[in-house]
Amino acid sequence: MESVLTVVKMYKLTIEDNTYHCQPDETVLDALLRENVNISYACKKGTCHSCMVCSPNILPPEAAQTGLKNTLKKRNHFLACLCHPEQDMVIKLPDQSEFYTEGTVVVNELLNRNTLLLIIAFKDAFEFNAGQFVNLQRPDGLTRSYSIANTLQESNTLEFHIRRLPNGKFSEWLHDELMTGDTIAVSEPRGHCFYLSERSEQGLLLVGTGTGLAPLAGILTDALAHGHSGPIYLFHGSRDLEDLYRINEMRRLAEQHENFHYIPCLSGKHVPEGFSHGRVNDIALASFPDLKGWRVFLCGNPDMVKQMKTMTFLKGAASADIYADAFLVTPS
Amino acid sequence: MTDTQDNAEVTLSKPLYERIGGEPAVNAAVDIFYRKVLSDHRINRFFDNVDMEKQAAKQKAFLTMAFGGPNSYTGEDMRKGHAHLLKMGLDDSHFDAVVENLGATLEELNVPQELIAEVAAICETTRNDVLGR
Repeated sequence: MESVLTVVKMYKLTIEDNTYHCQPDETVLDALLRENVNISYACKKGTCHSCMVCSPNILPPEAAQTGLKNTLKKRNHFLACLCHPEQDMVIKLPDQSEFYTEGTVVVNELLNRNTLLLIIAFKDAFEFNAGQFVNLQRPDGLTRSYSIANTLQESNTLEFHIRRLPNGKFSEWLHDELMTGDTIAVSEPRGHCFYLSERSEQGLLLVGTGTGLAPLAGILTDALAHGHSGPIYLFHGSRDLEDLYRINEMRRLAEQHENFHYIPCLSGKHVPEGFSHGRVNDIALASFPDLKGWRVFLCGNPDMVKQMKTMTFLKGAASADIYADAFLVTPS
Repeated sequence: MTDTQDNAEVTLSKPLYERIGGEPAVNAAVDIFYRKVLSDHRINRFFDNVDMEKQAAKQKAFLTMAFGGPNSYTGEDMRKGHAHLLKMGLDDSHFDAVVENLGATLEELNVPQELIAEVAAICETTRNDVLGR
């Protein structure tokens, strides 16, 4: 009889400039902990998601993505504690220093009294999913996260909606000092609140406050471009009319697409015709007796986002179908 | 007669997790169960400050354990994980409410009563750890 030789393969794990070996039967987390790599973890059984990392170049093993949201899977995220490598892997840790690309400001104009439209152009293609965010960096190193408002363009541009915050160091710099033609450092895209072109008959509920419209506009454009056939409802809210923007553009889109409905909401005293009166979350919830089977996107004010995550879930949306991006303000 | 006996033995020796339907059963139950818990005024205040997304993953781990599936929960994990809730007044009545919601979830999914009783029995083994006794 021929002898069967089993070759036990060790795979290489590469993080930045370092290479480690994953022993047979070891998970990626075990290997990295044995090598004293500083990686956060807790349960070691796929529950807490503390050890979520990313494999930028190759698809991670399916078992290592168990329980993750579809959008995280799409961006090659996986749980180190569940991952038995099937080939050599390059691994990106969540807090790993980011790679920044220089872009040039090509548009810098106001969308309303306190929201700036900023368009940054790049020499090479900038890969992202509409709805993700990037970190923008000032030359002195100060960094803030902003959502991308457009979809992937041939022109290699990124669009942002920047609200001027009272005493906001970064937003004031963008509003008052950054000029067309200036360069700015932009990180790789992050986040998992974006549209995937699957189940195109599914209803989409988009709810945002203020510049929460930025990621939602990207998601909306992406869904329409993919021919999403289910109903799409966008509820955009602020207190005063002067803080909404792109109203006419959204209305035009609603005229062009029978399945798209746009409901601008104002919670302040002065409510002109054509606007709903009340908080955007209350109005959105009151519009749907049942959200079973819907896909939900929530962006903007953290309290609104948190409350709506629970409420849309209680109204029947599956937890896996709720995507959210809470805009946290860095204390000045 | 012998055949029937053998079959009965085979069925009985199958672990609960398999009989209840494994991971697909957990996936089917988790949203229904968590929705019931969040809607239950007796206990939903204990979930007020948790992130829904993270919580859904934890609920899945809990159901896997309650269905007799693979888990590595220790009594110590249970104690640590619930210590902050004890300070908020967590007691037997809340524990019972959770088990009740789990039972109602399984009934909704047409799981036979005997299996629901087995699930409740597994939950019962964690009561003292959860309540820090």
